Amino acid sequence: MRLHSRDAAVFAWGALRGYPARTGLMLLAMAIGVAAVVVLTALGEGARRYVVGEFSALGTNLLIVIPGRSETGGFSPSTLMGETPRDLTIADAEALTRSVNVRRVAPLNVGQSEVSWGGRSREVVIIGATHEYLAIRKWKLGQGQFLPVAKWDRAIPVAVIGGRIRREIFGPHRALGEWLRIGDRRYRVVGILASKGRSIGVDVEDLVIIPVASAQQLFNTPSLFRILVEARSREAIAPAKRFVIETLQRRHQGVKDVTVITQDAVLATFDKILGALTYAVGGIAAISLAVAGILIMNVMLVAVSQRTAEIGLLKALGASRQEITVLILTEAGLLSATGALGGLLLGLLGNGLIRRVLPVLPAQTPLWALLSAIGVAVLTGLLFSILPARRAARLDPVLALSRR
Amino acid sequence: MIDLEHIHRDFQVGDQFVHALDDVTLHIDAGDYVSIMGPSGSGKSTLLNIIGLLDRPTGGTYRLNGRDVTDLSDAEQAHVRNREIGFVFQAFHLVPRLTAFENVELPLILAGMEPAERQERVREALEAMGLTARARHKPDQLSGGQRQRVAIARATVTRPNVILADEPTGNLDHTSGGEVVRTLEALNAQGIALIVVTHDPLVGERARRQLHMLDGRLHRDVSGHAPA
Repeated sequence: MRLHSRDAAVFAWGALRGYPARTGLMLLAMAIGVAAVVVLTALGEGARRYVVGEFSALGTNLLIVIPGRSETGGFSPSTLMGETPRDLTIADAEALTRSVNVRRVAPLNVGQSEVSWGGRSREVVIIGATHEYLAIRKWKLGQGQFLPVAKWDRAIPVAVIGGRIRREIFGPHRALGEWLRIGDRRYRVVGILASKGRSIGVDVEDLVIIPVASAQQLFNTPSLFRILVEARSREAIAPAKRFVIETLQRRHQGVKDVTVITQDAVLATFDKILGALTYAVGGIAAISLAVAGILIMNVMLVAVSQRTAEIGLLKALGASRQEITVLILTEAGLLSATGALGGLLLGLLGNGLIRRVLPVLPAQTPLWALLSAIGVAVLTGLLFSILPARRAARLDPVLALSRR
Repeated sequence: MIDLEHIHRDFQVGDQFVHALDDVTLHIDAGDYVSIMGPSGSGKSTLLNIIGLLDRPTGGTYRLNGRDVTDLSDAEQAHVRNREIGFVFQAFHLVPRLTAFENVELPLILAGMEPAERQERVREALEAMGLTARARHKPDQLSGGQRQRVAIARATVTRPNVILADEPTGNLDHTSGGEVVRTLEALNAQGIALIVVTHDPLVGERARRQLHMLDGRLHRDVSGHAPA
């Protein structure tokens, strides 16, 4: 071929500009397709990052010990309720501190109870925990102190409350130092949680934390809801898990009756699910690219028949079939590349808008999606232009030139 | 220069064969001025298309400058058209979105010539047609005569040795038609062979050699008439 590719591009670009309405519509179709891929994968990716972020805030080195043996490790009602012959006890939790791989342990109890002060009352979630709990959940204290360092089986009547409890129950009054009634007992408020802490399934604003032994008294149970174990590092997760299982098996007369969920594994599962979701959504959006490709084929066919005389002329002036094919494909390639670029900008603009409207969702298109959106757009544009290009190349110049 | 031997061109229309060209043997010398005349359907345009390598004969051989071009591949024929033949059409066939300059540049682009050299050649060709001032005009800003002169500039910019003109004055009024004919004759005077298909006897009779076609055959071949 003697035609320079640079000249072909200039000629094709001129041809595109010569038909602004047609070119504009095709650019729009291509741009919408690409923008759809960009925005939808950004949403999927955003959801994934959101969940990963939430779990990371909880601490990825966390092991959750749940009473009852569950092979699947899922959250079935029985594991949540802890229906098992042998309960987890505070002594079990204390035994779990005796390993170099374990940094912190927090025995937990959870219940719901009415709290009241000065005639106001409210039904809230009560968490029985220990001093270590704050650090494990990575929560912050707003005022006062957290639960004191004390032997875990001592039922000290103190409470740490969430921000909303403070506002709703105490109103304008000072909460620290006041005696808060929970159920039929009274607890002195020693601290107020900062509102910024976030955690899956728990509203930091709307809970009351009391010592675990106090919670056992309050709910009249000797058992624990679960034990949180923080491994010393990421590498220590596996040995810590082994240690937890072996220790509890030994303490429970050789019966493996607990389930240990690693935060890491849960995170990985969510990561996988949401990653697959992103691919799926991206795939659906890619269909719109295929539609845009078919549109390009139709419009290129129209373009070829509109420009029959021009193609005949080019042949008369010395364009071979190959050169005609190259010219038409160049036109289609430029068109889809420009459309894809426009769609990219449109999509990134959309991402910015989503981030502005939904700041919690870090909508960001993954690089693979950006690259494949452009790649698929240009490829479909070219692929669907092969037929029109061949039709143009085969035009009989005599017939093409005799039409007018 | 042009040697046609026993050229046939048959079209099949339904189950009937139409002999557009029926055993045409013709020799045209380099630098000659030939007109091809005849009624509609006599095969004169088909003959021109075969000479211009826009159409392939169904029989016979065609030699251009001593080379057999009958069975050249598509790409080779395109190359020959680009280098050795200039076309002028009745309907001008200028690309409407391109300026006069860009229209004239097209064959050089297809020849793969470098831009700097192209610019120079196009400027010369436009200047020779007296169109330098119109270089940046689009076809719709030009008169019919000017458009055809742009087309002639395009046909000559590759410096071919033959110009094929198919009814070059068919879409023009008498004055601009005459101007176009004189322009073509001036090129012929410089040594470029000129073959004009026309059914206007006033145009056709100006040629040194006049071919009359009838039913796909060469009916009459008149030579020796000096151009006016």
